[in-house]
Amino acid sequence: MQTLFGFPVARLEDDPLLRGVAKYVADLERPGTTHVVFVRSHIAHGRLAGIDVSEALEMPGVVGVFTGADLGLPGIGEFPPLPPGSRAEIFRPCLTTDRVRHVGEAVAAVVAETYAQAVDAAELVVADIEDEPAVVDPLAALEPDAPVLFPELGSNVVREAHLGGDADPLAGADVVVRGRFVNQRLAAVPLEPNGTLAYPDEDGRLVCWVSSQSPFQVLGAVCRALGRDRDRVRVVVPAVGGGFGAKGGVYPEQVIVAALADRLGRPVRHIETRSENLLAMSQGRGAVQDVELGARRDGTLVGMRARMVTEFGAYPWRGAIAFATSRLMANGVYRIPNMELTALGVVTNTPPVGPYRGAGRPEAAAMLERAMDLLAGELEMDPVELRRRNLLRPEDFPYVTPTGASYDSGDYLGALEELVKEAGYDGLRAEQAARRAAGDRVQLGIGVSTFVEVSGTGSEYGSVRIAPDGHVVCVTGASPHGQGHVTTFSQVLADALQVPLDRIEVVHSDTAVVPRGTGTFGSRSGQLGGSAALVAGQAVVERARQLAADALEAAEEDVVLAEGQFAVAGVPSRSLSWADVARHAETDAGRTVLGDDGLFAEEDFDQADGTYPFGAHLAVVEVDTETGRVELRRIVAVDDCGRILNPIIVAGQVHGGLLQGIAQALFEEVSFDELGNPRAPTLIEYGAPTAAEVPSYELGHTVTPTPRNPLGMKGVGEAGTVGATPAIQNAVLDALAPYGVTHVDLPLGPMKVWQALRDAGVPGAAP
Amino acid sequence: MQVTITVNGTSETHEVETRTLLVHYLREACGHTGTNVGCDTTSCGACTVLLDGESVKSCTVLAAQADGRDVTTIEGMASPDGTLHPIQQAFHEEHGLQCGYCTPGMVMAAASFLKENPDPTEAEVREALEGNLCRCTGYHNIVQSILAAAKNRELVS
Repeated sequence: MQTLFGFPVARLEDDPLLRGVAKYVADLERPGTTHVVFVRSHIAHGRLAGIDVSEALEMPGVVGVFTGADLGLPGIGEFPPLPPGSRAEIFRPCLTTDRVRHVGEAVAAVVAETYAQAVDAAELVVADIEDEPAVVDPLAALEPDAPVLFPELGSNVVREAHLGGDADPLAGADVVVRGRFVNQRLAAVPLEPNGTLAYPDEDGRLVCWVSSQSPFQVLGAVCRALGRDRDRVRVVVPAVGGGFGAKGGVYPEQVIVAALADRLGRPVRHIETRSENLLAMSQGRGAVQDVELGARRDGTLVGMRARMVTEFGAYPWRGAIAFATSRLMANGVYRIPNMELTALGVVTNTPPVGPYRGAGRPEAAAMLERAMDLLAGELEMDPVELRRRNLLRPEDFPYVTPTGASYDSGDYLGALEELVKEAGYDGLRAEQAARRAAGDRVQLGIGVSTFVEVSGTGSEYGSVRIAPDGHVVCVTGASPHGQGHVTTFSQVLADALQVPLDRIEVVHSDTAVVPRGTGTFGSRSGQLGGSAALVAGQAVVERARQLAADALEAAEEDVVLAEGQFAVAGVPSRSLSWADVARHAETDAGRTVLGDDGLFAEEDFDQADGTYPFGAHLAVVEVDTETGRVELRRIVAVDDCGRILNPIIVAGQVHGGLLQGIAQALFEEVSFDELGNPRAPTLIEYGAPTAAEVPSYELGHTVTPTPRNPLGMKGVGEAGTVGATPAIQNAVLDALAPYGVTHVDLPLGPMKVWQALRDAGVPGAAP
Repeated sequence: MQVTITVNGTSETHEVETRTLLVHYLREACGHTGTNVGCDTTSCGACTVLLDGESVKSCTVLAAQADGRDVTTIEGMASPDGTLHPIQQAFHEEHGLQCGYCTPGMVMAAASFLKENPDPTEAEVREALEGNLCRCTGYHNIVQSILAAAKNRELVS
């Protein structure tokens, strides 16, 4: 049979989404559903002296108003866990009882018969908050006199890691460049905000429908909070309108809604408004990086010293994910002989930070790639040439970086040369030179980034069962929200089992039918969920061969699976279909061969070290030197994610990542005033880009399989955010280089670019 | 107040509060949950429907304003025999959707746009979509889907 590996199978999950009949949480109906509206703090930091709910309780339709003290729920701990023995864990409260630590922190939950009634009543809840000085800026939070969010810690530093010894990592460098880069905070903005619907079913089991990337984490948290056994809670994830990392883990709102449904014995629903979402959903990025990079005159890197300060927001919670990943990936694609690295995780009076598409990878790449371009400028060397001289070579793999990343495989130079070719790099430089010589008002900028990221760490569950009619049921622990897992895993199994795609069913995202699972984030599911399905599928084929041998009265080693039929090698006339074998499994003879498990196998596919996708991206921008306006003319992305199972799904992932990378480079920013009030409280201010603001994308690939999983695949969901942002930032600064401008922070909006030109004394940029 | 709207060819009469938005009328009174809500500031376009054949953001229209008028939602796009509308089909073939949440709004915006401009350039398609946000696809394949649908003009009209 022809393999489906590499074939652009159109997605199997599209139909209900296209017809508008797919159900997201907000579309689910339960009779008697009540609605929750959260009362949220308008003050960033203060003591919660009291909450008066009396007026709200009098309002029509109100079922109850609940404070933290009423519910008594445990908080949500830190992830990844603290190093053993480091300090006591800090918990993010499910409704705070004593203090508020950010604008938007929930202090009460109002439950009413209708949503409108809950909104009306919530306005009458009075939270008495004695405000205290807030600390909003992460560097200010490090100052000795800064307000401290958790006095028991003695400072606002919640995580810390140091690398390096006494030796100066820059010793012997002919040239050292220095920079402070702000990797601004972002909002994930999945088009569907967070939502939860919980109710007790007929058997008293608590059912929670959540818009989540990780149903088993929600299950664990609800069981712990309510003291229920695992079989007394069921978490189901319906259609999910995007997640981008921000729907991983567990939210206080999910636990609270579950607790309210448990207490009230009725369905309870919470659907975030967008403006609420911009405060309540975890935010991403948020880092201040001080970096020094040293090299010899010929461009050979000597060493790097860096301090990376990562914002966690008001609670440690999930902030350590990006903190740890940005530290891990700080070495990038280069041979850096000496490194001194300090990573600090800092709490501030701002909404909590969590993983967002890239989650540390873009921060690391942005730091290194800007530093490389600064170095190229200092050495008066082409930035592509500087990279060529320092990239790790294929023979270097596997390669363990000073930061402890274990790179699996790579051909970084191959990706860069492919990019140079596809983009027509030399022609672009010629066009740029001509426009510079002509003194054009609109200047051309060309920016390159070479990067590596990490994907697919940990394990995932998968099982394969052949139903009595011969169709294939795959159960996966991955939990999709737009990636196309059903198509991906079906393609894997169609090959492994030699069955048509329409004979495969993929079951996911329901803890009542999936025994365990990790979920979908960190560019993991194709490789981990796919490998689990493959290994389980191959085991089922082996079991089926035993059965077929029994039925065909042949030796097992003589039975082969060919063209979807089990036959004795060389005797194709006697063959059995999957349905035949499945029927035989149900017979006494079949049970004697396989036992009660029948045609079933399961696998927890583990890939402790992950895989390391890489690539090279190039951006071409036009910068209007009078107005500061940046127009992204081209983005060329060469990505290497190992073997490509489905090219259209891979391209879709790259496209989406590129958009979010472009958004960080040019458009989006979450920021707060000195009191901790958000400057972008709605989508109007936030500025997520539309189709009109971005070009079509030019994609290329190199293929360097990973030896760490049987599919040879690496992740690809985040690559666009890693490579695109620094490529664009480098391009803009490349356009500004003739004017002596060497730094502008992200996002590169017209005001900042214009200001930089004006500061540099460019005549056209006068006010 | 009582509001009567023809939704996907069927007349629907419901008693609603005067402040009811069209999107809530469609989702809650009529049960057509295919039209999604993605924001509260008329920024995202997820709730785009056709009102008398022209695209509107149904979060910015009162149900009362649509009284006596004709609304088409995503559920009304496929043929009665179930065949997908050419724009829906193009979104499938060009991988123009991932999570699907923006898709109904995108399809409706595209339907309205292609009626006005049956043979658009890529730039015109991008301009036409500036009221609709997508976070998954980077817009690339949405634009390709609409251009592909436009090539099939007689089917679209």
